Amino acid sequence: MTEQSNSAAQGQSTSTVQQPAQGAQGGPAPQEGPKKLAIIASKGSLDWAYPPFILASTAASLDYEVEIFFTFYGLQLLDRDLDLQVSSLGNPGMPMPMPMPVMGQALPGMQAMMTKMMKRKMSAKGVVDLAELRQTCVDIGVKLVACQMTLDLFDMDSSRFIDGVELGGAATFFGFAEDANISLFI
Amino acid sequence: MAEYNQELDATGLNCPLPILKAKKTLASMSSGEVLYVTATDPGSVKDFESFSQQTGHELLEQKEEDGKYHFRLKCAG
Repeated sequence: MTEQSNSAAQGQSTSTVQQPAQGAQGGPAPQEGPKKLAIIASKGSLDWAYPPFILASTAASLDYEVEIFFTFYGLQLLDRDLDLQVSSLGNPGMPMPMPMPVMGQALPGMQAMMTKMMKRKMSAKGVVDLAELRQTCVDIGVKLVACQMTLDLFDMDSSRFIDGVELGGAATFFGFAEDANISLFI
Repeated sequence: MAEYNQELDATGLNCPLPILKAKKTLASMSSGEVLYVTATDPGSVKDFESFSQQTGHELLEQKEEDGKYHFRLKCAG
């Protein structure tokens, strides 16, 4: 979506905000301007990369103003060239094609195989490609903030990120989340 | 389905794509115009109800036919 249409969407939300948001009972007092969603994305695996971007893009479509704060392993989700993996290790809930002992799951090459299978399954089921979903978030006006402290901790350079990513710290997050209607830690 | 101004084929797409694409299309439409969406994601039924409630784009009609879900949304501008 273009900048223009996005600002049109923002303008539109002011008129709909008067309707009490579903489930807003007991929430913060009615506010001026668009509803806000604040997300902290802290995980860097292929499966956990989806929730922040799915929720962010959907909320933006529902006229929310959205900010995602990427911290620790979540920074991987901002890489220009996404190379995210999935592992069944430490994740007994992952559906497996056949039962496999944990020792077997730890063998070299297993993670690459799991990742390949997961990507194939997602593609077959019509789940959106992650890079495409992320780009949609950017186009629709979702603000992406990378944690400066984690960058320093891991000696990472922000030049590895896609365009439009801002840097900030915990205080930056609170600046946005303070009056957010919904805040999520993922 | 009754008349519409724009059509969106969201068949084969999964959450949240039908909503995202509908929103994108509606943003390019004028107030009062009608968008006709076809989807195959069963979750889209509840999602479009919720989308309509939250964005003000009125859900004029929804039905299931031939294993597909059909929606008509009136653009709120």
